[in-house]
Amino acid sequence: MSRLPVRKTYKLFVGGEFPRSESGRTYEARGQNVARASRKDLRDAVRAARGALGKWSGMTAYNRGQVLYRIAEMMEARAAEFAELSSGRAEVETAIDRWVWYAGWADKYAQVLGSSNPVAAPYFNFTVPEPTGVVGVMAPERPALDGLVARLAPVIVGGNTAVVLASEPEPLASIELAEAIATADVPGGAVNILTGYRSELAPWLAGHMDVNALDVGGADGDLPELERLAAENVKRVVRGHPDRQSPYEIANFLELKTVWHPIGV
Amino acid sequence: MAKAPALPSGFELPLEPRLPRIGSVDQVAVEERAASLARRSIKREAKLFALDLAVRMMDLTTLEGQDTPGKIAALTSKAIRPDPSDASVPSVAAVCVYPNLVPAAVERVKGSSVKVASVATAFPSGQSPTHLKVAEVRDVVDLGADEVDMVIDRGAFLAGRYAKVYDEIVQVKEAAGQAHLKVILEVGELGTYDNVRRASLLAMAAGADFIKTSTGKLPQAATLPVTLVMLEAIRDVHHETGRRVGMKPAGGIRQAKQAVQYLVQLYETLGAEWLTPDLYRLGASTLLNDVLMQIRKEKTGRYQSPDYFTID
Amino acid sequence: MTDLERRQDRSPVPSGWDYAPAPEARDILTLEERYGLFIGGELVEPGSGEYFPTIDPSSEEPLAEVAQAGKEDVDLAVRAARDAFENGWSDISPAERAKYLYRIARILQERSREFAVLESLNGGKPIKESRDVDLPLSAAHFFYYAGWADKLEYAFPNRRPKAIGVAGQIIPWNFPLLMLAWKIAPALAAGNTVVLKPAETTPLTALLFTDVLRQAELPPGVVNIVTGDGRAGAELVKHEGVDKIAFTGSTEVGKAIQRELAGTGKKLTLELGGKAANIVFDDAALDQAVEGIINGIYFNQGHVCCAGSRLLVQESIYEPVIEKLKLRVKTLRVGDPLDKNTDVGAINSKQQLEKIRHLVKSGEEEGAEIYQPPCRLPDKGYWFVPTVFTNVAQSYRIAQEEIFGPVLSVLTFRTPDEAVEKANNTPYGLSAGVWTEKGSRILSMAQKLKAGVVWANTYNRFDPTSPFGGYKESGFGREGGLHGLESYLDLDESEARGG
Repeated sequence: MSRLPVRKTYKLFVGGEFPRSESGRTYEARGQNVARASRKDLRDAVRAARGALGKWSGMTAYNRGQVLYRIAEMMEARAAEFAELSSGRAEVETAIDRWVWYAGWADKYAQVLGSSNPVAAPYFNFTVPEPTGVVGVMAPERPALDGLVARLAPVIVGGNTAVVLASEPEPLASIELAEAIATADVPGGAVNILTGYRSELAPWLAGHMDVNALDVGGADGDLPELERLAAENVKRVVRGHPDRQSPYEIANFLELKTVWHPIGV
Repeated sequence: MAKAPALPSGFELPLEPRLPRIGSVDQVAVEERAASLARRSIKREAKLFALDLAVRMMDLTTLEGQDTPGKIAALTSKAIRPDPSDASVPSVAAVCVYPNLVPAAVERVKGSSVKVASVATAFPSGQSPTHLKVAEVRDVVDLGADEVDMVIDRGAFLAGRYAKVYDEIVQVKEAAGQAHLKVILEVGELGTYDNVRRASLLAMAAGADFIKTSTGKLPQAATLPVTLVMLEAIRDVHHETGRRVGMKPAGGIRQAKQAVQYLVQLYETLGAEWLTPDLYRLGASTLLNDVLMQIRKEKTGRYQSPDYFTID
Repeated sequence: MTDLERRQDRSPVPSGWDYAPAPEARDILTLEERYGLFIGGELVEPGSGEYFPTIDPSSEEPLAEVAQAGKEDVDLAVRAARDAFENGWSDISPAERAKYLYRIARILQERSREFAVLESLNGGKPIKESRDVDLPLSAAHFFYYAGWADKLEYAFPNRRPKAIGVAGQIIPWNFPLLMLAWKIAPALAAGNTVVLKPAETTPLTALLFTDVLRQAELPPGVVNIVTGDGRAGAELVKHEGVDKIAFTGSTEVGKAIQRELAGTGKKLTLELGGKAANIVFDDAALDQAVEGIINGIYFNQGHVCCAGSRLLVQESIYEPVIEKLKLRVKTLRVGDPLDKNTDVGAINSKQQLEKIRHLVKSGEEEGAEIYQPPCRLPDKGYWFVPTVFTNVAQSYRIAQEEIFGPVLSVLTFRTPDEAVEKANNTPYGLSAGVWTEKGSRILSMAQKLKAGVVWANTYNRFDPTSPFGGYKESGFGREGGLHGLESYLDLDESEARGG
């Protein structure tokens, strides 16, 4: 007689913990009950992301690289589970390799994207990339796993913290990913993943005054309205593609800071 | 009564009235400020005012091994009456000479407003024992000098022996008695504006009536930014203590245009109060004729030729 | 008794030194009575036939009439730009494109005095600034970007950059020609054509610039200039034929533009307002810091988005800093913008003057202490005395809102953490200043301040090679340097996969 498996409860990932939605709601996806986050959960997630920003962006680039690499390690260890929850083994491998690729960028993008500027006066002048801050990511519906990784990795490798709205029809892989992230030395709150109805959450994320940038790549529905809401605090709006991989994807979520100092004795 | 424990060295408690914090000077910023002030456009009556003032503030200087009583005679008559053809041009403030020439100069300026300044204290290097320097100062005052231009001991200053520099100025000041003491920092040897500021404050604390940039014996002499640094130190001392210390840029000021730039800088840093020979001097040997030419140009409207101005 | 008092023979001290007027000659400049819109290489009548006067804000005298562009005019300008882009400009080799820009740079250098006079006349800024800052920087900007035109493939590794098409550019009135240069130079270097709308109150140097384009023999339609008020700008933003909008101006208008473009996928860069903190630590080189404070807030009458309008002074040196500051403010020479000795010129417009007055009044009402030096202002024109507010609380409007005038708000702090907290406590994030002699503290502050430009031991420095732009509500995108090219290039299409 076969053993009855123990099922997982699919919860949110906020502040490094796995709470249920404060609303007590769930919805069914792939035959599982998945937490249906409310706007208050979203508010909490943004607060957690803001709180984690100092710690995550303050880590050395080398450390951030190692943490991203650790995510790849954790995924590899759960590759079979991920394969079941995504389109299959190929997607999982692409996603894992993506983490490894971005992990390597952590201590390199500043050299590629920054500059020292030969101003015509006795000043030392340099430009360094810095994280934008809290980034809202609307993950693509599909591929639910690799699409999410493709959008999340460039955001966090740059030192940003993220609030992710997971694929609505395919949320299970994102929670599996949250579990990998939670065991990969990512500071609590640096990545927050909300499952639920996109239409309920997206406008609140787009209009949130403490979110600095927004990836609307996975947004369905009223894109103009989301972009209008984003203008309220001059968010950087990025229309991310699920299959793009480049340092310029990192650059989309970086600010450039230019520092001047006189050269004298 | 309980005695307070000694302060660790390097920890200074301000005395009352306290001197300004020594602080530091940003090279690029002070040079930009000086350059910006130098771009003022001074025209017509404002220019004539400045040129007239420049003459009245001038320390007409000769500091050569070949100086003789004859040279001093020529210099002093130029000092008293810079432009014989224009009586409205005032006398200069002083003549500045070596100690041996003081008696000749005193004799010649008698009855005029022109003062006699003498360099002293093993000018220009200052590398002699303190007691010799003090004796030299006493001598030049006895010979009749109204003003003494001393040099600081740069060797001691750069070695960090500030107390030695300070004590020497105090002793010289005492030896100078009623004569006005100008303290030459020789900025060209100090290396940084920070040092210029530190030396300025040190000299003023030790009793300098004037602080002066240079001996004129080095290629790096007075510049607008270095003078600005010293004026700002003077301003700080005035704010802290109410004392007004004079300023004398010297060396390298050869053109009337430069003199006007120095006066603009003075006016916009210390205000009209300092626009007097009592508080500002220009040390120069060849500046006077260019100023005279510019004065005549302003008055006649014609550009001038050096052939019409005496070389003394 | 001081040494001075012992002196018996003090010479009389003059009570002051009045600098004689030193006006820059205006005769270098010949203005037309009326200017049309610059479309397709020619100055043309606006469709509406509507013109409005542009004035000298220091005298309120009219200088010329300029055209009000309407919807159809903007449409014509965009079509001219599109036509130039598709039929000619795109085919010109990058090296030739570079040479046009070099020509423009050189002509601006050659005619710099003429432009400086006009800039001061139409905008109210002191001639010493238009002569020593606006003009040299404008020419340098063209010269810098000229060199990029045929080197774009080296700017962005692993990309093959392409021009976007037609750029719509809207610029403010505080640096009319310099902002034109900041906009047009990178746009053209990247291979785009442009439609530029100058500010309503300061259109004249942009119109004179059309004569530079004529001399440079730039092909018609590559640069089009449409004058007018905000309506013309709104038409440009809305126009479907525009591929990219670059805007410099207020945060309020910037947000409106971002909303307007929502959902269109058009590229957008915004350079908006600021409320920069200028932070002075107790170990700073004080006299130079005071110069930096002065330059930070009174440069260009404070009409500077990155102005150091909030002075944060460490409490332990509050008194000497304020004393030095007040003394220095007294020496500022306010008056005729064309006088070579003027430090602070005229306020750009009546509307701006009213805004400054309104906010200054609110500062007094909220309880801040106002200091204004004695100052004789001309009878006509728009003027505001350089102002210092002390005892300002973080919550006062004058500490929160951009005044865009010669008004400084002074606050204090005790520790570096408090300075950072106060400096960052604003929706803006354009610039900041730090004054300290301690190297490690400079780097720590520079890292923590949320601002696109951090000036350490200096303020308000600009250079074509140096990227400029804001964090947060101060906008996005950078102007200047290699990074300034990015917003005028399409980098997405030919991207190579890295993984």
